Amino acid sequence: MIDAGAEDEEKWLAEGIAGIQHNAFFMHRALDSNNLKDALKFSAQMLSELRTSRLSPHKYYELYMRAFDELRKVEMFFKEETKRGCSVIDLYELVQHAGNILPRLYLLCTVGSVYIKSKEAPSKDVLKDLVEMCRGIQHPVRGLFLRSYLSQISRDQLLEIGLQDEGDAENVNDAVEFVLQNFTEMNKLWVRMQHQGPAREREKREKERSELRDLVGKNLHVLSQIDGVDLDMYKDIVLPRVLEQIVNCKDELAQYYLMDCIIQVFPDEYHLQTLETLLGACPQLQPTVDIKTVLSQLMDRLSNYAASSPEVLPEFLQVEAFAKLSNAIGKVIEANADMPVVGAITLYVSLLTFTLRVHPDRLDYVDQVLGACVRKLSGKAKLEDSRATKQIVALLSAPLEKYNDIVTALNLSNYPRVMDHLDNATNKVMAVVIIQSIMKNATCISTSDKVEALFELIKGLIKDVDGSAEDELDEEDFKEEQNSVARLIHMLYNDDPEEMLQIICTVRKHILLGGPKRLPFTVPSLAFSALKLVRRLQGQDGDVASEEEPATPKKIFQILHQIIEALSSVPSPELALRLYLQCAEAANDCDLEPVAYEFFTQAFILYEEEVADSKAQVTAIHLIIGTLQRMNIFGVENRDTLTHKATGYSAKLLKKPDQCRAVYACSHLFWVEDQDGIKDGERVLLCLKRALRIANAAQQMANVTRGSSGPVTLFVEILNKYLYFFEKGNPQITTAAIQGLIELITTEMQSENATTDPAADAFFASTLRYIQLQKEKGGTIGEKYEPIKV
Amino acid sequence: MVLVLAIGDLHIPQRASDLPAKFKTMLVPGKIQHTICTGNLCIKEVYDYLKSVCPDLHVTHGEYDEDARYPETKTLTIGQFKLGLCHGHQVVPWGDLDSLAMLQRQLDVDILVTGHTHQFKAYKHEGGVVINPGSATGAYSSITYDVNPSFVLMDIDGLRVIVYVYEMIDGEVKVDKIDFKKTTNTHSAR
Repeated sequence: MIDAGAEDEEKWLAEGIAGIQHNAFFMHRALDSNNLKDALKFSAQMLSELRTSRLSPHKYYELYMRAFDELRKVEMFFKEETKRGCSVIDLYELVQHAGNILPRLYLLCTVGSVYIKSKEAPSKDVLKDLVEMCRGIQHPVRGLFLRSYLSQISRDQLLEIGLQDEGDAENVNDAVEFVLQNFTEMNKLWVRMQHQGPAREREKREKERSELRDLVGKNLHVLSQIDGVDLDMYKDIVLPRVLEQIVNCKDELAQYYLMDCIIQVFPDEYHLQTLETLLGACPQLQPTVDIKTVLSQLMDRLSNYAASSPEVLPEFLQVEAFAKLSNAIGKVIEANADMPVVGAITLYVSLLTFTLRVHPDRLDYVDQVLGACVRKLSGKAKLEDSRATKQIVALLSAPLEKYNDIVTALNLSNYPRVMDHLDNATNKVMAVVIIQSIMKNATCISTSDKVEALFELIKGLIKDVDGSAEDELDEEDFKEEQNSVARLIHMLYNDDPEEMLQIICTVRKHILLGGPKRLPFTVPSLAFSALKLVRRLQGQDGDVASEEEPATPKKIFQILHQIIEALSSVPSPELALRLYLQCAEAANDCDLEPVAYEFFTQAFILYEEEVADSKAQVTAIHLIIGTLQRMNIFGVENRDTLTHKATGYSAKLLKKPDQCRAVYACSHLFWVEDQDGIKDGERVLLCLKRALRIANAAQQMANVTRGSSGPVTLFVEILNKYLYFFEKGNPQITTAAIQGLIELITTEMQSENATTDPAADAFFASTLRYIQLQKEKGGTIGEKYEPIKV
Repeated sequence: MVLVLAIGDLHIPQRASDLPAKFKTMLVPGKIQHTICTGNLCIKEVYDYLKSVCPDLHVTHGEYDEDARYPETKTLTIGQFKLGLCHGHQVVPWGDLDSLAMLQRQLDVDILVTGHTHQFKAYKHEGGVVINPGSATGAYSSITYDVNPSFVLMDIDGLRVIVYVYEMIDGEVKVDKIDFKKTTNTHSAR
């Protein structure tokens, strides 16, 4: 059915084009031979093709363009006729003899254009005459195109009027009057199109109409280009008249399109100065008109205008643009109770963008917009519309981007309330955006109040929000989120120790709610933040501190104890053990022996009870030995207890080589090189001998299991330890023992069933080379090494 | 001429939020041929970042690294130099030069790079070099007070290596240069 219709239309169009071509052919001949009479006859016949009502606007447009091209030639001809002495007034009369009204009016417009250019009559009179006569065509499509033709051929003249007769307000007035009248008539025709034909084709017609909208809009474009249309004229005549037509036509399509058209074609400065009038029209439009898009466009344009130059900002203040826009938006939202949430929020986003550009200093405006948004959302649970969610994220991100400073956003009381309306996933995304903004700008959050507000904002990351407990979490995402929280903790800082302590307490309060999955990420960061504070307080003797809540190392160590304990019960024993050791060393530096001992005890308990993996044990034992070696506040008894334990653990590691290495490392627990260091040469030797025994046992085990002796690396390592303590002057380490070790290693390496290990060989070679170098050094060192033969 | 970045102990996110911005602008992709990292990055994001600066990345295991697959020690040869890499928490006493020298003999390397103390160090020692690039983020350390963020660039050219130390002091990047020449007989002594 439709296809058949389309086919017919193609046929009609072809016929119409053929008719135009046919008559144009004869018209050309007449033009070439300066035969005015024939020229008029054939051009009138040609234009008759435009009388069809069988074509859709789209096809009609094609036909019209063909005729238009031909009319240019007729216009040229008329121009030349007048040069040849034919009076333009005569021509004007002559064309009126054409039989049909439509061809007659086209020809009349064509001559009219020549008439105006000739300046033989005031353009005002001609234009007025033409625009009046065009009323003769009331068929919407034909009328629209005729008037469009009129508008097109008169355009140049109209613009010239504006230019030439600057100051001649009357002429400008006439030109404007002409365009306004043409616009009004065209819009009426355009609107009427909707009411013609059967109701069932309404949708199709609407589409066709939409294709014609630019014919109408063109008039507004011309108005914007006439030079004489200044702000006053726009305000007093143009805008009221155009709006009047828009409101009165009561047509959704026309209202939406023309409102948008006004916003796009006229200068921003004019909009600003006529904001009240323009916004006043909005509530008068049909309820179905998409006002929010219109307003958004307007605000976007004004925002860009404000951003274009700081000089225009005073204008915005002067006309109270924000209040007016805010008011208008409120009314629009109120009036459209069933407007989808996304629509309302889009409006708020535009308003927010506007105020951020125009009034960056007015935080209260920003909060006001957010507050309005909260009111709109109140009563609704979490948003489920993804487009609305996206708009909220845009709404919340805008202030962050503008101010590059989260501290500003923390002052916005409505900010967290808007966030509450986001679904959990988006809430987290927003929290991450906030953290990233802090990182990017290296913003320091410096008071506990602000930290509190910040944690309120990012609470989605800090703890399980009800209902979200175990919905499928992506492990990678979770890690990334928690790592960003861990990074954030280092941005919470104040130089004043008291305030810093408050910040730490605030953070502690929040992160301890995080549950077992989050603590391993957050506790270490907070622990190091606290240790940094300890370090700062360490310099100043805190004993004379005042009573109420003094920031003392002791107090901070209590906090550390508490948070690490929470971590160890997660359980995350390896991390907790490392942190306990860090604390122990910090306590050592603060001269707090009992505290340090307690931390060590905790570390040891964890080691004994929780660290089961043999590889983890090896690392842990090295950290224990390394830390213990550096401790210098322990009394003999405490020290003995701890070193005894550490050596015990070392000898109980699973793999023999690990045992051996840990045990020889323990030798350093008995030999510390500082002023009042411990130098227990005997126990050093005991450790080394024990290490040797373990190395031997390892060797034998290798013999049994593999039928070959294991690598000699362990022996070379122990040899190096011997050399170390030998050089440090441990009297228990004799050249004989060293010589014995060298020989032992040489024999092992040469034995038949030795496995060749180039690494061990190179290690031994470089050790011997080292001994050689020491011998060659001369002096006390050379003397010392003298007896050793390599 | 080969540029080698030595970097380590970033301790992100546990002790620092990020590298100093000025370091990041200096460490642009395409300039560095090899990166050796002593460890304690500690997370994948940091690994990915270093990898983006230079794809030839060698990392050893620090005690806070989440990735347990990094080896305890690593050796590699660049030009005429053999380099050894180790985090250093395994070498007691921590940061002790004589103990590190033993590790240098054990790995049989010309240049030993270790971390853990967060203190920049570069010694010429027994015909070789022992380098600690410090902490690139200036992370808290129980061993070193007042840690300045630092890293090391080594320019290896024939038998010569120039060590550039970049240290952030009061917001300004300070560069120091130390020159080492390899004595060719190191490996032919016996």
